[in-house]
Amino acid sequence: MSATVASTVADTAVSAGRPGGRRRPPSLLRALPAVLALVLLAAAPFFLAPFATTVLGRVLVFALFAVSLDLLVGVTGLPSLGHAAYFGAGAYTAGLVSIHVTSEGLVPVLAAGLAGAVAAAATGWLAVRSSGVFFLMLTLAIGEIVFQLATTLDSVTGGSNGLYGIPAVRLGGTPLTLAGHVYWFVLAVAVAGFACLWLVSRSPVGGVLRGIRDNEPRLRSLGYSPFRYKYVAFVIAGAFAGVAGGLFAAQVRLVTPSEAGFTTGALALLAVVLGGAGSLWGPVLGAAVVVLVRDALGPTLDGHGPLVLGIVFVLAVYLLPRGFAGLAGVSGALRRRRTARGGTT
Amino acid sequence: MIGWFDENLVSILNGFAIGSLLFILAVGLSIVFGMMDVLNLAHGALFLVGAYLAWSLLSDGATWGGFLAALGIAALVGLLAGGALSVMTEPLARRPILDQALLTLGVSLVVAEVLSIVYGNDALSVGAPPGLAESVSFLGRSYPAYRLALIGVGLVLAAVVYVVVERTSVGALVRASVADREMVSAMGIDNRKVKVAVLGIGSMLATVAGVLGAPVYGARPGLDDTILILALVVVVIGGLGSVKGALVGALVIGQVESLGRALLPDVASFILFGTLALVLVLRPRGLFGPRKLAGT
Repeated sequence: MSATVASTVADTAVSAGRPGGRRRPPSLLRALPAVLALVLLAAAPFFLAPFATTVLGRVLVFALFAVSLDLLVGVTGLPSLGHAAYFGAGAYTAGLVSIHVTSEGLVPVLAAGLAGAVAAAATGWLAVRSSGVFFLMLTLAIGEIVFQLATTLDSVTGGSNGLYGIPAVRLGGTPLTLAGHVYWFVLAVAVAGFACLWLVSRSPVGGVLRGIRDNEPRLRSLGYSPFRYKYVAFVIAGAFAGVAGGLFAAQVRLVTPSEAGFTTGALALLAVVLGGAGSLWGPVLGAAVVVLVRDALGPTLDGHGPLVLGIVFVLAVYLLPRGFAGLAGVSGALRRRRTARGGTT
Repeated sequence: MIGWFDENLVSILNGFAIGSLLFILAVGLSIVFGMMDVLNLAHGALFLVGAYLAWSLLSDGATWGGFLAALGIAALVGLLAGGALSVMTEPLARRPILDQALLTLGVSLVVAEVLSIVYGNDALSVGAPPGLAESVSFLGRSYPAYRLALIGVGLVLAAVVYVVVERTSVGALVRASVADREMVSAMGIDNRKVKVAVLGIGSMLATVAGVLGAPVYGARPGLDDTILILALVVVVIGGLGSVKGALVGALVIGQVESLGRALLPDVASFILFGTLALVLVLRPRGLFGPRKLAGT
């Protein structure tokens, strides 16, 4: 990493924290693609078949999960392989709340977010103390342990058969049974989640996180506590992974240990790498590719979608070091930002 | 105390058998990372390749010929795979270490998927070679002979690796590369050849461990992840790049796995994580880790 790049980023990080720092509101032109995408997504059930609507809903769920991971990988420079642990914690919590308490509205999803945050707070304290490859290995171990827990505690989780019989989401007492209605519910929560994560990444805290990613010693010498910021980022990312897990439970209504497993975490990382770490919108596209290959193309490949994804993974590492976001190579701000997938220097 | 030992003897022996296997697996992972900065996440997939190889050659009845052939073929396959991984990671040498980890992660997804296409999704069991398939009486208990043999093989291999690394000139090169790669290359030793050799031997240990482990674990999808995580935990506890660390870590995790699952089955996973957490809180670089780490 060149020293000038690091100092520019650290400077922006610091200036963002200053009250009254120069922050232009996004121009109408820049917001246009997002608004168009939102309109198209909201209208999708009117022109898509129910199956396609469901797949699109899965894309949204996986995208929220991937974007929450990108807050760690791309923004903070913490490559986590065990992020599925919090997705799984959220999915199981939402499922259990729906079965045993209520499936009314946002209750299971909020409980899922809380579970993700609590699980991340409990495990992140250890993980965040390490960095680089050590962080990768620790999160891998955490993910596997949650997977093992989900498999062994069959009285609570249903073991390897999974947690089934999750009732449909209810709004005002009416269960949502049509694919389109469930999709709108998922869309609303997912978009709110994207907005929250986007705000976090644009906030002064996000600036500090980027500063930590690019030059942690510098941030430390400026008087910040990198551990505290990284820990906060880890808990926020865990919370939104939990929300995504809650949406998964609401949509699929079956939660199996593999939702918390290594492959789920690896595919989320693939979505981030493929889309471009740090860009937040890139992982949404990456998630779309992953889910389409796995769920839509998978059945035509005898369920061997993961084989294609593995090959895509290998190619992406060689050919797209900055993902789709790097391909687009758009604004100067984006180009200035180092992808810093490892944050290891 | 003696009564407790006597009651849990079988679990303790199982712990040693698992520990032996984990050592063979983890020592390769540890040295490959310590020396070459390659975090080989395909290590678990290579183990699975060995396990399925063992099944291919032993499913029609376990014979010594078949078992030895499986070991030989696995060793060869491992060497070739290590060479291939070395070539594949070479273009990424100047990029962040994470890129190599991601590449090997992608490779492991592909390998695991190809194996499930070839062998299906069922769990396959593999018989031990004749003479070792029975249980024998050991310290007043009936215990599978194969696992005893595994403990023996693990100890022998540990001794061989230890002597090679600590007492030979090849080992001196390995240790020197772990400590200071630039200096070794400045002394005129071709880093690329060392990398091919180290990755080849490390991968060979993984596939051989797969064959040796097959009569215990069988071969099934998902085993690669489980085994990889255990090996990584061993490496983290022991310290990257340390042979002694891999041995101590493997023995500790072997006992945690075996005794934990026998005594407290519901929270065994927590105990594994708890052990990892405790070691890292007390010694962030692992028990025998280097003071400075390239990857952190």
